[in-house]
Amino acid sequence: MLERIYKAQNLMDTACNTLGRQINIMEVCGTHTVSIFRNGIKSTLPKKIKLLSGPGCPVCVTDQGYIDIILQLADRDDCLIATYGDMIRVPGKGGSLETKQPNANIKVVLSSEDALQLAKDNPSRKVVFVAVGFETTAPATAVVVKEAAQESIDNFCILSGHKLVIPAMRALVSEKNHNIDAFLCPGHVSVIIGFGAFAEIVERFGRSCVVAGFEPLQIIEGLGEICRQLAAGKAELKSVYTAVVTEQGNTTAQEIIAECFEPVDGYWRGLGKIEKSTLKLKDKYSRFDAFKRFNITEMPGEDMSGCRCGEVLCGLIEPPECGLFGKSCTPEEPVGPCMVSSEGACAAWFKYGGVMGSGYQEIRRPGSQ
Amino acid sequence: MKTNRHDKILLAHGGGGQLSDELIRHHILPKLRNDTLAELGDSAKLNLASKLVCFTTDSYVVKPLFFNGGDIGKLAVCGTVNDLAVAGSAPIALTLSLIIEEGFEFELLEKILASISESAKANDVNIVTGDTKTVETGAVDKIFINTAGIGVRLAGVDLGFEKIAVGDKIIINGTIGDHGLTIISQREGIKFQSQLKSDCVGLAGLTCQLLKNTSGVKFMRDPTRGGLAATLNEICRGAGLSIEINEADVPVNPTVRAAADMLGFDAITIANEGKFVAIVSLESVDACLNICKNHPLGKEASIIGEIVETRDAPIVEMTTKIGGKRIVQMPYGRELPRIC
Repeated sequence: MLERIYKAQNLMDTACNTLGRQINIMEVCGTHTVSIFRNGIKSTLPKKIKLLSGPGCPVCVTDQGYIDIILQLADRDDCLIATYGDMIRVPGKGGSLETKQPNANIKVVLSSEDALQLAKDNPSRKVVFVAVGFETTAPATAVVVKEAAQESIDNFCILSGHKLVIPAMRALVSEKNHNIDAFLCPGHVSVIIGFGAFAEIVERFGRSCVVAGFEPLQIIEGLGEICRQLAAGKAELKSVYTAVVTEQGNTTAQEIIAECFEPVDGYWRGLGKIEKSTLKLKDKYSRFDAFKRFNITEMPGEDMSGCRCGEVLCGLIEPPECGLFGKSCTPEEPVGPCMVSSEGACAAWFKYGGVMGSGYQEIRRPGSQ
Repeated sequence: MKTNRHDKILLAHGGGGQLSDELIRHHILPKLRNDTLAELGDSAKLNLASKLVCFTTDSYVVKPLFFNGGDIGKLAVCGTVNDLAVAGSAPIALTLSLIIEEGFEFELLEKILASISESAKANDVNIVTGDTKTVETGAVDKIFINTAGIGVRLAGVDLGFEKIAVGDKIIINGTIGDHGLTIISQREGIKFQSQLKSDCVGLAGLTCQLLKNTSGVKFMRDPTRGGLAATLNEICRGAGLSIEINEADVPVNPTVRAAADMLGFDAITIANEGKFVAIVSLESVDACLNICKNHPLGKEASIIGEIVETRDAPIVEMTTKIGGKRIVQMPYGRELPRIC
């Protein structure tokens, strides 16, 4: 294993020497973020390589406006909110789902199937499934929507906040002042959409896209491959997660997403409104669309005062640069979503980097003296 | 002799009258009998070999009550025994307080009492006094147990943070995370739960052997809630020195690792109920490791790191398998409620 690490590190050293400047590589996957921190990967990299945690954590990218809608629905006696666990602690107007009293209207579920079951078990209540996540969780939501349609479970609906990765990446590199040299692309999402989906980012924007798995060695090899391309002045599309990710991806999952959803413009925390970036239920399933059922329009929300999660998500600042980090915003009492989700960049910095944060990135590499 | 007229606990079983007496004499005493307990006095009278005693208490509220590798009864004995053991004492006697919800099945109570009896025997301690309360439905979740324990300090043994010095080695007696992940997997009904087993066990046999046969043990602690991460941080703060550990040397059962990954936990922060961390001098580390490895409770013992100089502030630092470095933080500890 060490040999493969050294090989990747040599590629990184070469790139740093060739470019002679800081190299910014963004990961767009919460699981990558956690693995990078848990395995101390930053401490093994040359100082000139900077890893940015991009919009890869589903809870983090969800706009404040969406959070406030859930909180409003939770106030209705006729509603039962079914949500994944990490959403309940995201603060919004007047608290979070966790602190809301009474909280009898809120149920934590482990899967979309559990949410549908909740609707079957509570026929007198309108069960609203808080459907968030990227292309990885959207197929599971689509499956239960189809099931609800077939079985006429009419008290079930979903509040789709499902997001698409590519439009967010496109938005990031379309900004004039962006500082992203390359993307370490998400393994899970790529299993579904296929690594071919990133071709646009490479071809149109000239940024390397390398798909990697979540083992530390795969991440390091992914970074090595990015550096090889940068040193050679190239931007290519490549997967080092070849055992699992194909160019086409999982076409069955893609088909079920396409059958139930269509991409519409949507709001992202930090990134604002992004064209065709959010999945909305198609008209034939509109009776399961919570936005329609409750006649709600999603509006951009206002971030919590002082919270800089948006800038963190765009790679513009690192968590310790936010004035709240480790002070009034901790995993115990989070202000922003990046501190709530265990996959959030702020939570990972806090948990594995300590409140001393960026000061810790000291370089002691296995291969060096 | 058994006059079990009820199959469920009634409020009256804690009322101090006939039913209370029946519960104690016909259900509890037969399982836990020893001369001191049999007196059923207001206090147990103990005759201790030494004035140097250790005294501890702990309450047990684990959910589920029965889990692979143990149950609340075994946990209530082993947990308190272990607190005495890692303080450098030989456990002598335990108290047992049961707070039982009205309607709790006698059959389950009997199982728990049998387990308490078995664990007490295995750890060579007597239950010498106790108390039983019953509360109305909903006031507790089935049954809560408190045990307090008293142990006699081993001759010449005086463990403490102040003994810890730079260069000391850190030993753990086996794999981490087994207990906490067993509980959470069973609670969540996760499919690999059958392959997970709590490490719940009393450690006094091994710790006493270690302390009697070597002189280099400076400090011990059992990494329960908060796991190894919490214990190492406590040691680091208590001693005012930093700690370096090597991820590759920390034993983790592969199923635990897979389960932790799937659930998004870090095994180093997960509770153990049959492990101790010992800080030992460099000179005695081989002897200590040897004693552990030759004991059934220490077969997978490992030297996981050492005490080092503090640079800015005392920290626990881990060298990861890929050679990276990261800080091991004190876990903020609310991911897993009611695991013990």
